[in-house]
Amino acid sequence: MDKIKSIEDLRKLREQAKAFLRTRQGEVKVKIYISMGTVGIAAGSRDVLLVILDELQKRNFTDVQIIERGSMGLDVEEPVVGVDRDGVVVYYGHVTPEMARQIVASHVINGQIISDWVIAKE
Amino acid sequence: MKIYRIHALICAGAQCIAAGGNGFEDALKDELKKHELLEEVNIIETGCMGSCQLGPLMVVYPEGVIYTKLKPEDAKEIVEEHFLKGRDVKRLMWKEKETVLPSLSEIPFFAKQTKVVLRNCGIINPEDINEYIAQGGYEALGKTITEMTREDVIQVIKDSGLRGRGGAGFPTGKKWQLAYEQDSPIKYIVCNADEGDPGAYMNRSVLEGDPHSVLEGMAIAGYAIGAQKGFIYVRAEYPLAVKRLEIAIKQAKQIGVLGKNILGTNFSFDIELRIGAGAFVCGEETALINSIEGKRGEPRKKPPFPVQKGVFGFPTVINNVETLANIPVIIEKGVKFFRSFGTEKSPGTKVFALAGKVNITGLVEVPLGTPLRTIIYDIGGGIQEGHSFKAAQTGGPSGGVIPSQYIDVPMDYESLASLGAIMGSGGLIVMDETSCMVDVAKFFLKFTVDESCGKCTPCREGTRQMLNILERITSGKGRMEDLELLEKLGNTIKLTSLCGLGQTAPNPVLTTLRYFRDEYIAHIKDKKCPSNVCKLSSEVKNERKVFNRSSS
Ligand SMILES: Cc1cc2nc3c(=O)[nH]c(=O)nc-3n(C[C@H](O)[C@H](O)[C@H](O)COP(=O)(O)O)c2cc1C
Ligand code: SF4
Ligand code: FES
Repeated sequence: MDKIKSIEDLRKLREQAKAFLRTRQGEVKVKIYISMGTVGIAAGSRDVLLVILDELQKRNFTDVQIIERGSMGLDVEEPVVGVDRDGVVVYYGHVTPEMARQIVASHVINGQIISDWVIAKE
Repeated sequence: MKIYRIHALICAGAQCIAAGGNGFEDALKDELKKHELLEEVNIIETGCMGSCQLGPLMVVYPEGVIYTKLKPEDAKEIVEEHFLKGRDVKRLMWKEKETVLPSLSEIPFFAKQTKVVLRNCGIINPEDINEYIAQGGYEALGKTITEMTREDVIQVIKDSGLRGRGGAGFPTGKKWQLAYEQDSPIKYIVCNADEGDPGAYMNRSVLEGDPHSVLEGMAIAGYAIGAQKGFIYVRAEYPLAVKRLEIAIKQAKQIGVLGKNILGTNFSFDIELRIGAGAFVCGEETALINSIEGKRGEPRKKPPFPVQKGVFGFPTVINNVETLANIPVIIEKGVKFFRSFGTEKSPGTKVFALAGKVNITGLVEVPLGTPLRTIIYDIGGGIQEGHSFKAAQTGGPSGGVIPSQYIDVPMDYESLASLGAIMGSGGLIVMDETSCMVDVAKFFLKFTVDESCGKCTPCREGTRQMLNILERITSGKGRMEDLELLEKLGNTIKLTSLCGLGQTAPNPVLTTLRYFRDEYIAHIKDKKCPSNVCKLSSEVKNERKVFNRSSS
């Protein structure tokens, strides 16, 4: 740990540290839902989840919560990933690990919905 | 910084550990490893979350689901169901009246509290200074030393109306002002973390759950009065608190919020731990000073007061843990915020250790002036097993009882004093009709007799005489004259003892005599204990204990 030598440094440290606590406070820009019902897991949602985490980590994006859900009633579309951003929840179906990386890059981080893959909106 | 999908906060407070929390945590780690989840789940040991009786406890974010009474066997199910599939394990969640309550905000025990002192307890990792800083920690210290004069700081604390939470309720700002006015090159801040009251663990929880808030409060106090050094006097029976304080002090020095030239200013402040052997009298401020100096922990005559002549003869401010934990909040959020809780003469909140015959025991923080009824029924969930409320004992051995007709009393300094009880440090023991009031008085008096330092006669001999009389009464050999004798002895001891221990020791006897005299008379005249607790009862002995002594 480095010494902080001014109140500005303290505030900078605070901003960094706050990012880490976001998961606990619910005040995040984006929520990602991922279905972890039996069908979802069989269809590969666990691999998708790991890729999402990896991509977020690589891009150092912490303003997010990942919430697991049971089946979202869209079994034929599994794995299903929901992205809750700017007040709308968008669901993507048949998500592969490659698609998951793109969803993180375009929608989660930059707010660009990938319309071709969308199966439902709320 | 690493991104985790799940934060699992496990209570590592003393009660939860005693209930087997370590075993659960180990099992959880094993399961996580088995399922290759260690990289996704962040396990954090917090301090006491408050509802100790339901421990070992764990809160899982982002959902904020709280799991209770955890056993090692439960780890597998939580990992496979919740962590892997996102399905809550209902069986282990908080239940009230058959309904499962999913998160902290929906459980009355938590939702009806106001957390100022315990703001970070159970929420942050107390062993990581970054988490305290993330919550705004050390901002108040930064503001104090870069933007405020010493006089400003004292004025803010005075305006806040904060009163010492260690028992007597002395205005903190006034104490600081007196120390500030002393002309001395050396001054000290002492944090009184002795906490000797039976059943009380409010201070321990703050030290274990949020040690930096106390360090920050001490540094601000140091700046205000002109001290460069502080001592924390903590008892050896609190090993986890000691460990966490050591870690906190080390980290604070590493990043430069303690030590030389804090945040690049010319203010320097250092803190040392002093471990006490754990005698009740050592919590008394002058005895504590003796103990820090390496002498026997015996009280001294006052005046001179500690603010004039304290540790090693230098002006010293002694403040309680909870008092100090309030300081950063007052500075950062302002007097108005602080005064938005509590009453005009007793602003802010108070932490109580709720014990005895209520459904949910644990640590409870409420605005001062909250009615006793709210604490017992709305937060504590009412009296156990359909019994009825008989009385509450506040303030531990220096306090007194509040009978049921005063259940709506606002819990503030003045209201309690007017009933003959005191706030004390925050012990709150609830009793139902199966508790014998003479036995309660005897329990506390026995404690004081054992803890009296023996320096002055009224306390050493007088309290023993009172105890002898109580024993006589509870064994069926009491006489009616004993009651007046108890009152006379009690009042004399109060007036003539040297320190607060003797000056308050008779309180439990005097208040029970005041409100439950008929019970004393039943013991003497009918040779019967109305509650079936005392030996003299011929009927089947009641097995329920007077207090939850296990919570001490
Ligand atoms: C016998 C006895 C025991 C005490 N024990 C404690 C204690 O454990 N913790 C504490 O803060 N104050 C205790 N006090 C009160 C202290 O003497 C002192 O008033 C207090 O620490 C001042 O801090 P405050 O103004 O912040 O309340 C005790 C007093 C007496 C007479
Ligand atoms: S009142 Fe009791 S504890 Fe206090 S100095 Fe006298 S003998 Fe010791
Ligand atoms: S010690 Fe765990 S809740 Fe109090």
